[in-house]
Amino acid sequence: MNFQRPFAMLRKELLHISRDPRSLALALAMPVILLLLFSYALSLDVDRIPTYIIDHDKSSDSRSLIEQFKGSRYFSILGYPDTYDTAEYGIGRNECLLVVVIPKDFARDLAERRPQPVQLLLDGTDSNTASIARGYSESVVTSWTAQRLRVKIPVEARVRVWYNPTLESRNFIVPGLISVILMIISALLTSLTVAREWETGTLEQLLSTPLRTAEIIAGKLGAFFILGVADALIALTVGILVFHVPFRGSFIFLGVATAVFLMGAFSWGLLLSSIADTQLQAFQLGMLSSFLPAFLLSGFIYAIENMPPIIQVATYLFPSRYFIAILKATFLKGLGFAELWPQLLALVLYAVIVSVLAMRRMRSKVA
Amino acid sequence: MPDTMVTLRNLVRRFGDFVAVDNVSLDVAKGEVFGFLGPNGAGKSTTIRILCGLIAPTSGTAKVAGFEVGPESEQIRRHIGYMSQKFSLYDDLSVEENIEFFGGLYGVEGERLQQRKQYVLEMAGLTTKRNEITAMLAGGWKQRLALGCAILHEPPVLFLDEPTSGVDPIARRQFWDLIYGLSEAGSTIFVTTHYMEEAEYCNRIALMYKGRMIALGTPSELKRERNLPSMEEVFIQSIEKEDAKEEAKA
Repeated sequence: MNFQRPFAMLRKELLHISRDPRSLALALAMPVILLLLFSYALSLDVDRIPTYIIDHDKSSDSRSLIEQFKGSRYFSILGYPDTYDTAEYGIGRNECLLVVVIPKDFARDLAERRPQPVQLLLDGTDSNTASIARGYSESVVTSWTAQRLRVKIPVEARVRVWYNPTLESRNFIVPGLISVILMIISALLTSLTVAREWETGTLEQLLSTPLRTAEIIAGKLGAFFILGVADALIALTVGILVFHVPFRGSFIFLGVATAVFLMGAFSWGLLLSSIADTQLQAFQLGMLSSFLPAFLLSGFIYAIENMPPIIQVATYLFPSRYFIAILKATFLKGLGFAELWPQLLALVLYAVIVSVLAMRRMRSKVA
Repeated sequence: MPDTMVTLRNLVRRFGDFVAVDNVSLDVAKGEVFGFLGPNGAGKSTTIRILCGLIAPTSGTAKVAGFEVGPESEQIRRHIGYMSQKFSLYDDLSVEENIEFFGGLYGVEGERLQQRKQYVLEMAGLTTKRNEITAMLAGGWKQRLALGCAILHEPPVLFLDEPTSGVDPIARRQFWDLIYGLSEAGSTIFVTTHYMEEAEYCNRIALMYKGRMIALGTPSELKRERNLPSMEEVFIQSIEKEDAKEEAKA
């Protein structure tokens, strides 16, 4: 292998990147913007649930129950309407998610140990949030009742959450996001670069020189690899320093996995650009085939185990699935090569298969 | 180096049912300026692209600089310069960066690169514009820069595919002066054009029509044989004859 030619290619690609400040800014600012957007906007945490409480009883018992709700950080009590209608209107207008209705004679029935329902009205539009709110409010009512009646609940679940004890969604969103960002940037940028050479006719010029297809690919991959690694470092730094996501694993292992993942993503971009005839096509194919799977079929936000079997099978085809597993496990669980080698192997296989396909397609396209 | 720098023997290239190059045979001698003349779609570019190893022939053989197209394409690429129809340097790179890039591809480096770069800049009249972004150059300069990048490695054979299309007449004339200079220095030049006055500049011409070579010779031979005053009339008469032959067959 001659080194001068791929090196000339690499240098040229870096010049292209430096001549286009807008895409350079985009490539480097995108990780930060996406991280900020997603980590703040895509919080799946449910707390400070806006709540109305209707107290028909107005006894010391009902006030004590209300205090229990007020004392929990999961609820934010917005008011104490007198009528049902007002509360119902509040849910309809998105003012509150939850209405707690304490019936008349609540205290009297309680004293006589007669069962007495406390009504919880929930806005089920967002089913996920509603079921979390339901769980929180039920447990408030149960624990208050146990206290009030001085009964010890005989069997009690003692919960300890591992790896992410405070259950902050940011802790799993940030590592997953790194994979989404790298996939978009690498697949999209590479697919555009070859499509551009194809469109402007420079690819034909290159092929009339002693430059080989493999050397074109090596030069381009090299240049975008530098950009991809810069992006990965930015995302990692912002995640750890700004969002305080714990990092418990080995940087070296993650570095190796990232490099392999990037090679696979770049090859995918090359494959796309060898299929697309124009930059526009390449862009559309790139968006469709990198962004969506990286987002939806990777376990980034939606657990793969909950998907229908066919979709679960489909997730194996996309490298994001393996990389996100590696990211989450190195960040939060502190796992390394010993546990994660199957995922790493999958990424290696993906990179090898796709790069061979891309090289073949490129050759047959130019010939 | 052989005396015959380009050889075509029964060269055929089909795209599906369409025959782009139909059984063409010819020889180009060392140092010749050989013109490939014909209307659009006559198969000129396809022939050049086969000779540069960019596409494979359907049948027949071709040799460039003594190497066989196909099995020895890699050798051929080291010994040719190619300028395609479309301007195909990098618009966002400077003049000098384009030259250095192609130098890197052709393995021209160090002292030799400096010399060749200087030569190309002077030849193209770009010495004072060496740091300008290529997109800013006017057509004639772009054309000469593209030629310069194609001859950095001093290739014995040069393929120029409509190198002067879209360039003003003065720049076109200057470009031909450069071609003569290269030919005098021993390069073999294979050039396609559809400008009739350019045909007169060539040492020898092949007239291409619908993939077939319908005439071959020096401009004066072709005119004398048909007793016509200009290449334009030679061209029109030959094409009309071809069409008549075809109609008679049908």
